[in-house]
Amino acid sequence: MDLYDWLLFLHVLGAFVAVGALTALWGLILGTRGTAPLFDPPSALRFGRISGILVGVGMVAALVFGIWLAIDLDAYELWNGWILASLVLWAIGGWAGGQAGKAFESDPVANRATGIRFQAINSVAVLVILVLMLWKPGA
Amino acid sequence: MPDVLAAIRPDSVNLPLFLHVLGAMVLVGALFAVGLATMLGRRSPDGAPRLARFSLKALLLGALPAYVVMRVGAQWTEAEQDYPDDFEASWIDIGYIVADIGALLLLISVVLAAIGLRRSRDDASKSVRLARIVAGISVLLLAAFLVAVWAMTAKPT
Repeated sequence: MDLYDWLLFLHVLGAFVAVGALTALWGLILGTRGTAPLFDPPSALRFGRISGILVGVGMVAALVFGIWLAIDLDAYELWNGWILASLVLWAIGGWAGGQAGKAFESDPVANRATGIRFQAINSVAVLVILVLMLWKPGA
Repeated sequence: MPDVLAAIRPDSVNLPLFLHVLGAMVLVGALFAVGLATMLGRRSPDGAPRLARFSLKALLLGALPAYVVMRVGAQWTEAEQDYPDDFEASWIDIGYIVADIGALLLLISVVLAAIGLRRSRDDASKSVRLARIVAGISVLLLAAFLVAVWAMTAKPT
């Protein structure tokens, strides 16, 4: 395996960790709705914290190794439109994910709707980044 | 040569590849949720039966549909890529081996999950042991899918 292979593997692995943990967080949201939730409050808090941390770790790994890939490859530049758009979306998604975590941690019942809205923004941003990474418009 | 062929990607491949990758990511997330909820159930004996129900539901409603999307996306991607008849690549073989073994393990998990959810209707605590077995299989599957992600990206010849 050369450097490119390692960078691509770690970039994609970071994306898998981020989207996988986001999926788990949506599972938590579904599992805590209604009058008979499937999570007791302490378990929900731990589940949310671990998954939230993994979303952050995955997003940072995808960003770092993605930028390294763009620098390493002659075919792409950091100022390509689809890469710039991905960076902006990454920042929006990261901010929204942080806000979702704060909302759920401060009061998971009263702030539930707010937390879900931020979680949705983060998820949509990550989904659009995935679309940009595959279609690479303008590349 | 296989590396070069694999790197050339017609536009028609993008949609099936998107479905394949998204399905795989959601599958990993659902398996992770199964494992994490079951692990938390060990630390919270009172909440374990409900967490077990969550794990079993996550497998049936999350992992199973995601696997189907991932697998259909893989086959569709390969069809659209239209490799020559003599094209052989070990990374594709690794992908299929992992997917097929994964399908078998997932099938076993689905049966156990269905039994567990049925039992838990009478007594929620009856599903805990089955959820732990399903979680163990989920962790095995996560390890196997890590190998598949490596093979799909590094494309070893």
